[in-house]
Amino acid sequence: MSVLMTRCLLVAVLAFGIAAASVHAQVSFDRLVRAAQEPHNWLSYSGGYFSQRYSELAQITPENVRNLEPAWIYQLNSREPTSTRFEVTPVVVDGIMYIVQPPNDIIALDAVTGRPFWMYSYNPSPQARPCCGRLNRGVAIHDDRLFMGTIDGHLVAIDAKTGKLIWDKSVVRPESGYAFASAPLVVKDKVILGPAGGEYGIRGFLAAFDVATGNEAWRFNLIPGPGEPGFETWQGDAWKTGGGSIWLTGSYDPALNLTYWGVGNPGPDWNGDNREGDNLYTNSVVALDADTGKLKWHFQFSPHDEFDYDAVQIPVLADAPWQGQPRKLMYFANRNGYFYVLDRATGQFLSGKPFVEVNWASGLDPKSGRPIRIAGKAPSAPPGTLIFPGNQGGTNWYSPSYSPRTGLFYIPTWANYSSLYVRDKVEYVEGRRFAGGGARAPVPGIRSGQGGYSWAKPDEGYGAVRAIDPMTGALKWEYKMSDLTWAGVLTTAANVLFSGGGEGYFYALDARTGTLLWKAQLGSAVRSGPMTYSVNGKQHVTVAAGSALFSYKLRE
Amino acid sequence: MLAILIFAALAAVAQAQAPPASPPPPNGEQLYMENCADCHGPDGDAVADVDLGHGRFRRATTDPELIGIVLRGIPNSAMPPHNFSEAQAAAIVAFLRAKASRAAASAGDAANGRAIFTGKGNCVSCHRVDGEGSRIGPDLSEIGRLRHSTDIERAIVDPDFMVVPSNRFVRLVTRDGVTITGRLLNQDIFTVQLLDSKEQLRSIARADLRQFTFIEKSPMPSYTDKLSSREIGDLVSYLVSLQRGGGQ
Repeated sequence: MSVLMTRCLLVAVLAFGIAAASVHAQVSFDRLVRAAQEPHNWLSYSGGYFSQRYSELAQITPENVRNLEPAWIYQLNSREPTSTRFEVTPVVVDGIMYIVQPPNDIIALDAVTGRPFWMYSYNPSPQARPCCGRLNRGVAIHDDRLFMGTIDGHLVAIDAKTGKLIWDKSVVRPESGYAFASAPLVVKDKVILGPAGGEYGIRGFLAAFDVATGNEAWRFNLIPGPGEPGFETWQGDAWKTGGGSIWLTGSYDPALNLTYWGVGNPGPDWNGDNREGDNLYTNSVVALDADTGKLKWHFQFSPHDEFDYDAVQIPVLADAPWQGQPRKLMYFANRNGYFYVLDRATGQFLSGKPFVEVNWASGLDPKSGRPIRIAGKAPSAPPGTLIFPGNQGGTNWYSPSYSPRTGLFYIPTWANYSSLYVRDKVEYVEGRRFAGGGARAPVPGIRSGQGGYSWAKPDEGYGAVRAIDPMTGALKWEYKMSDLTWAGVLTTAANVLFSGGGEGYFYALDARTGTLLWKAQLGSAVRSGPMTYSVNGKQHVTVAAGSALFSYKLRE
Repeated sequence: MLAILIFAALAAVAQAQAPPASPPPPNGEQLYMENCADCHGPDGDAVADVDLGHGRFRRATTDPELIGIVLRGIPNSAMPPHNFSEAQAAAIVAFLRAKASRAAASAGDAANGRAIFTGKGNCVSCHRVDGEGSRIGPDLSEIGRLRHSTDIERAIVDPDFMVVPSNRFVRLVTRDGVTITGRLLNQDIFTVQLLDSKEQLRSIARADLRQFTFIEKSPMPSYTDKLSSREIGDLVSYLVSLQRGGGQ
């Protein structure tokens, strides 16, 4: 064998080895940090640590998007067909897709054909009592392990190749109303998540678990206890049932080593009489050291909330000039109706502008960003004042998107939407709802009927995708729907925006102008965030609607 | 804090003067509104095929069965277990039973109400019951299950007070200048579906429309001057009795 031949063989072996490694590659922390460099994959709930739900894939363009057709449709076969809400964003790694079927079944699919490889079926405790659906929004991946929080408060690690359980940790008590709904976030060798349950008087927290063992590495109390900073913002024992839930996935800045999470409402939701004070860290975004869980900074959007304005929305990170200077920014479209820009290194408030009609505050303090409340705009008994935005907020759990290409921020919006708020007495009893009132439709007597909200008058309230300039908060364009929306937004490097809505349309807009480019009727409301990936050189766009997952690609 | 102290002092005095009182009975309505209404709705009808305020349940008929479901939930469904005492669960069930019997009770003469519906009131010129009558207005075959008697009475006396979204009329003007009015059945971003004044189902692309207007007033006249209050009571009783598909 000549030296040349030997060398060729060596190169071939090496090349094969690299190829094999990439096929069976483990999803290392380094890959998660550099997710943008492998846009054919979608490695986490929001597509990357900056949570922009933006992809560099550009095969589908404004010109050819009209040629999209279904590559495959995967129908769920949930053990709980009557309570199915399919809100997942899939994770795709090298041609394998991982989804969660309600309530807690992980399924590995061939991302080209939609054919399943395996299913891991988790049987939640009958004690589970998630407030708002027996559902799960997705998994996290690290190396060859998938992580899922369950509606009965467990965190499980699953072998991504076989679907076999590796470990199962009971983290919180479902009897007390704790549940996991969101996809966890993996940072380094830890998997981070927090519990939902803001309507049950939980005491919220964020915790990190060792990916290898499931042992808890750190915990940050989102409702500070005695001796912890922020405890003084609670009255008496109210902190014990203070809420502060987590139901969406946080973000992470590797350079700052900070992880950012939006925090839910204080408990009881609609009656703040027994929790005087700002009620930290409810309705805040917290920045934690990813290694220790220590608080670096926090910013509270809605102090002493009585409108259920959970601030759980996705903190979107962007590096962009702010008033001429490069700055590490956070964009945050909040349920309370304001769009915020913060300095994510320090938590400094930079700007906050309403993106929908707001009448509970007259504005934000220009220095602190604290809302300036309007007297009399509060829940009452009997309900009296119409509050904008209504109980579901100007936006909610449906993901926004930021396109570095257009520089615009896209918000799934409930426009001209309001509620009457009712204040009731409430006593805490473990495991029972601890809400202290509720929200009522502005038009009394309307029956919401099966599966739908008819809270908005059809000629007034509507769902929309609103594109705003984050530098000014100005509305650049709006795509108006007839019904409300529960669909997230995805943008791509080709300036194509994908979203959907309650009417069952899945559609593509020109991200620059909002012009409709393509639409498909999926037969049921789109209640998920679209994502994109590529296998064998073919870009797919995938979205969950009704009880099916739809994967589109260009006609060949 | 002062209030709490005073309350505590008063409670202590009360205890000293009287034999220990049994705790007040659980308030079923309050428990329902705090724990059940978010999913089931304030009227108990927000979950498909369940109407708690009208005695319409999917899986239970007897009180013990209902109490069991309230306490233990329904496995593998959206109905969770609750940490109520047996007495609290029973109070909720009692509240729902009372609500249902109130809804079923009627002071008027339903048979006479039916005669007014088809005769003097001429309601069938717009409304339909069990396949008889016009389709222009809402079908009332199960209105007793869908609406409370007070809402029905108000709709007869003051039809403009509230036209629910599912019953709203629209006026459309096409690009060709043709005006179409009718009851809006559905709409989305691209199309509008309605039943026009000739009882025809129409689906029209929004792109073909020049104008889309909701008709704010109800097309229905008030019956205050047309029927006596007794006749209105009879009519309400008849309408409340229309429970097709519901109940036990």
